[in-house]
Amino acid sequence: MLLMECVLHLYVSTVELSLDSPLNDRKKKDAVKPSLSAPAASVASSSSKAPSKTLEELEEEESEDKFDLNISVTNPEKVGDGMNAYMAYKVSTQTSLTMFRSKTFTVRRRFSDFLGLYEKLSEKHSQNGYIVPPPPEKSILGMTKVKVGKEDPSSAEFVERRRAALERYLQRVVSHPSLLQDPDVREFLEKEELPRAVSTQALSGAGFLKMLNKATDAVSKMTIKMNEQDVWFDEKIQDVENEEQHMRKLHVMVESLVNHRKELSGNTAVFAKSVAMLGSSEDNTALSRALSQLAEVEDRIEQLHQEQASNDFFTFSELLADYIRLLGAVKGCFDQRMKAWQRWQDAENMLQKKREAEAKLLWANKPDKLQQAKDEIAEWEAKVTQYEREFERISATVRKEVIRFDKEKARDFKRQIVKYLESLLNSQQQLIKYWEAFLPEAKAIA
Amino acid sequence: MTSISEDSDKEKVRSVSVDLNNDASLVIDIPDALCERDKVKFTIHIKTTLSSFQKSEFSVPRQHEDFIWLHDTIVETEEYAGLIIPPAPPKPDFEGPREKMHKLGEGESSMTKEEYAKMKQELEAEYLAVFKKTVQVHEVFLQRLSSHPMFRKDRNFQIFLEYDQDLTVRRKNAKEMFGGFFKNMVKSADEVLISGVKEVDEFFEQEKIFLLDYSSKIKDATAKAEKMTRSHKNVADDYNHISGAMNSIAADNNTAFKKHLEKCAEVFEKLRKLEDRVASDQELKLTELLRYYTRDIQAAKDLLYRRARALADYENSNKTLDKARLKGKDIAQAEENQKQCLRKFDKLSESGKKELTSFKARRVVAFRKNLIEMTELEIKHAKNSMSLLQGSIEILNSN
Repeated sequence: MLLMECVLHLYVSTVELSLDSPLNDRKKKDAVKPSLSAPAASVASSSSKAPSKTLEELEEEESEDKFDLNISVTNPEKVGDGMNAYMAYKVSTQTSLTMFRSKTFTVRRRFSDFLGLYEKLSEKHSQNGYIVPPPPEKSILGMTKVKVGKEDPSSAEFVERRRAALERYLQRVVSHPSLLQDPDVREFLEKEELPRAVSTQALSGAGFLKMLNKATDAVSKMTIKMNEQDVWFDEKIQDVENEEQHMRKLHVMVESLVNHRKELSGNTAVFAKSVAMLGSSEDNTALSRALSQLAEVEDRIEQLHQEQASNDFFTFSELLADYIRLLGAVKGCFDQRMKAWQRWQDAENMLQKKREAEAKLLWANKPDKLQQAKDEIAEWEAKVTQYEREFERISATVRKEVIRFDKEKARDFKRQIVKYLESLLNSQQQLIKYWEAFLPEAKAIA
Repeated sequence: MTSISEDSDKEKVRSVSVDLNNDASLVIDIPDALCERDKVKFTIHIKTTLSSFQKSEFSVPRQHEDFIWLHDTIVETEEYAGLIIPPAPPKPDFEGPREKMHKLGEGESSMTKEEYAKMKQELEAEYLAVFKKTVQVHEVFLQRLSSHPMFRKDRNFQIFLEYDQDLTVRRKNAKEMFGGFFKNMVKSADEVLISGVKEVDEFFEQEKIFLLDYSSKIKDATAKAEKMTRSHKNVADDYNHISGAMNSIAADNNTAFKKHLEKCAEVFEKLRKLEDRVASDQELKLTELLRYYTRDIQAAKDLLYRRARALADYENSNKTLDKARLKGKDIAQAEENQKQCLRKFDKLSESGKKELTSFKARRVVAFRKNLIEMTELEIKHAKNSMSLLQGSIEILNSN
């Protein structure tokens, strides 16, 4: 039975998985078909043989996606007081997709809801080799400041940083064609009240268990040495590791830029005040006037630097932080593939042992135990086939996911780089304005 | 060993004190400087029509210590007590670049080839910046002397310009001769003495109030400008590192991603150069201007101090005369002393007034010139940045 289901999932055409059928909801819970795009588009692409479609063709299908779904996370509001307080965010969706109940809708969610969504998606899809976008990190310090009610710029910055990160997180989730189909995602966007996600509490029992699981995973990763048939995977994992390292370095440097730009802003403001004082002390009238004008220019420039620092951070630094986390998720699905391989190998070994046991029984001439041995062999033969198929399936998924990820990454970076350069351009244009306005003042000194 | 020859930047790098080379009878500039380990050798270039010089155009190498010697001899010359003595140029400070060079040497093995190249670039830029500053400030010192009717005739100034051998021997002799005897007389203005003196002259009263106030304000502005310039340099350095890191990622990649990153790395590299220019031009035009006038204000205060001392001497001589008259002894001597003190005080007051008035004018003109130049440079760099960014955005969008 299990075997049949697997075959079905691999070979069934995309037509079957139309979205509102409850039957498909259940199927989806087990294993989501990799090549889903917008519901209408995929009728033509049915196939009755598995790898008849090349990867490129599958890619093209996806790029024809133009699903219309806009999500924004806004209006952070503090709910409650003291240590039990939390921030609630407005999650607004605008869409023409028919899978949703209406075209625009809004819900309120808190941070642990987002974490809960990630937990659910990760549980269901990571093991199949999907890259599940990771949510923004928890920050006990950041949140404590907010709870305690400190109205300073650093907690406002923290909230804004988190809001933007949550927005990007959701946008990534829904732009993943398979994850979008997951009912948990729909529920997250649509449902009025969500049950409180308990397992995400920092110090809860479930959290502790999760920590343990992660630790054992790490250990087993070290001991699995995979006999790689497909050199693509070997090369790819190496690339991912290298890229993650480089990106971490780059991120550190961009953070340095953010800090220095903030410093520059502060120092400019201080300088402006000092020049104003100098101007008021100057006894030549025209020079005095020019100096106070200079002070005003520097004040405006300080504003520019502040805005630029914000751009440095949100457009550039956060992009890198996101991708460092995402690359971690990519590594995760390579790990899952390894685990699947291990399961398959273990099953092969077990099958071997059972066959040897049978042979021993034959030789020792114990007919009564023989039937049991034969049953066990059949059982493990089935498992081997199943795990082998699963391994092949997860390999195909990982491969496809990585290709998709690379494309998204190139698109993302290009978009953000352009946005960032535009912010720098805007700064320079403003600078020109300010200095051109000051020039006649300087010339007027006599 | 590094040397700079200022070519196209000739006009831009020039004096914080303006129009000092107007008088064609004696024109001085420093076209070149050489840095050998710890010592900087300046090449002084002189063009003159004055008969007091042997040649009409010549060059001579001088070290920083020679400038200090010249400054000290001038300060210690009683005759110049009523003049604002041009502040001595500060010692060339290569500490920053030297530290960087040290770090570069130590970390060479642990750096990638790119990181090393980038650090070397930064190092060269810093060296150049320090060079420009130190040449400018030494040049201005000489130009102040050459454009002043009294200083330009100074015997030691002529020796400094003409003596075709090493001045080291002379410097040692001078130290023995003067031995700091006059140092006490001319040490930095004693604010208490100045403010304590009963001022009868309205002009000097105003000047005193103004200089004391302005002095602290400009010192503060200089310090704040230095911090601001430092931050600019840090941002430029960051652009440099970011460019290198992006190239590292691009190297390991292929396809569209690689191209985007390489383009972006290129932009950062160019932006870094521009930001560096902004920082160093700001330093030369604004920070150095403020630094110079902080020192010059100090020199003006020193003049006030000397005058105040002369006034105090005069008042003492009056007291002595009164005492002598009372006792009936040494009256003639006391009268002579009092006459001398009065003469000295009047001389100082007269020349002091002239000096302080022209100082005002000079200061205003210098600020005007430098503020205009700084603004024009800022606009130029911003326009360059703008076209760089516009071009890059277009290329990225068209890919």
